[in-house]
Amino acid sequence: MRLKAVNITVLAPGATLVENASLVLEAGELVALLGPNGAGKTSLLRASLGLSKPAKGHVILGGDLVQALTPMQRARRISYLPQIRPLAWPNTVHDVVALGRYSHGASLGRLKTEDAEAVDAAINACDIQELSQRKTDTLSGGELARVHCARAFAAQAPLLIADEPVAALDPRHQFRVMDLLKNYVRNGQGALVVLHDIALAAKYADRFIWMKDGQIQAQGSPEETLTEERLAQIYGIKSRVDGSKVVVEGAL
Amino acid sequence: MTSSRYINPFLILLSVIAIFVACLLGTTPMAWGRVFTALIGQGNVTDSLVIWQIRLPRALAAFLVGAALGASGAALQGLLRNPLAEPGVLGVSATASLTASFVLYYGLIGAQTWLLPIAAIAGALIATTIIALAAIRTKSVVTLILVGVGLSSFAGAVMSLLLNLSPNPFSLFDMINWTLGSVANRSFEDIALAGPFLLLGFIILFLCRRGLSALTLGEEAASGLGVNLRNQRIYVVLGAGLATGAAVSLAGAIGFVGIVAPHIVRPFVRHDPARSLIPSALLAGVFLVVADIGVRLVPTQSELKLGVVAALFGAPAFIWIAMKRQGGGVGPS
Repeated sequence: MRLKAVNITVLAPGATLVENASLVLEAGELVALLGPNGAGKTSLLRASLGLSKPAKGHVILGGDLVQALTPMQRARRISYLPQIRPLAWPNTVHDVVALGRYSHGASLGRLKTEDAEAVDAAINACDIQELSQRKTDTLSGGELARVHCARAFAAQAPLLIADEPVAALDPRHQFRVMDLLKNYVRNGQGALVVLHDIALAAKYADRFIWMKDGQIQAQGSPEETLTEERLAQIYGIKSRVDGSKVVVEGAL
Repeated sequence: MTSSRYINPFLILLSVIAIFVACLLGTTPMAWGRVFTALIGQGNVTDSLVIWQIRLPRALAAFLVGAALGASGAALQGLLRNPLAEPGVLGVSATASLTASFVLYYGLIGAQTWLLPIAAIAGALIATTIIALAAIRTKSVVTLILVGVGLSSFAGAVMSLLLNLSPNPFSLFDMINWTLGSVANRSFEDIALAGPFLLLGFIILFLCRRGLSALTLGEEAASGLGVNLRNQRIYVVLGAGLATGAAVSLAGAIGFVGIVAPHIVRPFVRHDPARSLIPSALLAGVFLVVADIGVRLVPTQSELKLGVVAALFGAPAFIWIAMKRQGGGVGPS
């Protein structure tokens, strides 16, 4: 399975959010999308997912135009973990993870064997077995992050897009969530992840996509594209880079 | 949790008992044996007349109205992810009874009886559409409730204007009945008139139940899961509008039932909006049947109005839920 977004331009009234951006996500790779706030990352992801229609460009997902797929077909090919993850009701963890099976036609409370197995597998993968009957309003931020990952994994889609999955987590939980994503990719699935922690991205990602002012500035392996100049240009920070080691010294 | 499996059979049993008791009680008390024989068509003529012409249609009307409001409430709460959403609070019932009153006001009802449900449903659809549009524009629960309050007030004001200008005391009386809400003197013909719309509303709401579950995760994640958000909104609005409009055409404006029933039901169905639809409908139906029994039994000079009694219990419950919500912090407020 392959996601290919070609020359995407996203416009908002009076602003260009994304300009002529192209990206590819393949199964088996973990790609980090990096860039400052307002760079257009989320807009590019939403257009790539087919959730918004870009002003220009097109997206091919598994050989089909993403806009030509029904929402359910699309959701079976690519899973999406949005940046804002509200929970309207105090459901149990198990039910929230089971919502990940929506695109397979699952109804809460009466899961088919196949759905129940996928839910259990996702719960095991994210190490939240002991939480599965807890209500979500009793969980900590770190626990919730793993629950949302499990929800995204439960769809068993070949590809996954996660928008800042580790935001507001302490370092240990950041590593735990990234480990989950790494395992997911090791199983032959592909993940595109928005990250703000460059060191974390360097540790986990196979490939970087650098974005600023609505444009993709560079793409490539961490070794090729992670440089002091790049960080200065993208984020306006002064840093020292040594291989995949990054020390940020301050704002420029 | 086993409670979610037993709640529907339990509530169905409760509904049957409530409707049977409603047939039992009245100005001329009837032993349960006589009621039973009359119900299966073996009773004497007077008994059968009392049961089949007066008590049973009245009880069924109360039940159906409650069920429509309960299901609409549960569905709107799922769609808006807000435990305070309800046809009454959001001004849907008031708008529906306003458009129904227009028909009464112009005396059109004499000509075409089916105009009444059509008018009520049209009003309900207008109001639900406004609410749904407001829900797209604002994420704030408070704003939404305020839009509902505005709709209610506006419908109330136009209603007062109609009452004010009413050409004759008969339509005045009719319209007042409409705003207060009652199922007195309802016949099977009335039920048959509203029934198809009610059923259609139920079916539509039931068919979009899975999307309501998915919306628990918010609109962004729900569309990522494969929910067609636009269709989901349209169908819930349509279903709730049809059911509420039909309920209003049957009984006038009855508020707060649609908020209390889902609130009680939710913990038993693991807070899943989809699984709360049917039990909410059943419980709200039972609630109105019981309230209507109370209305008939309380010895007052002129009969109490069902809508008044429902609001007397429902409004404090609404305030209680609203105040409890502040501490909970659950949901997009």
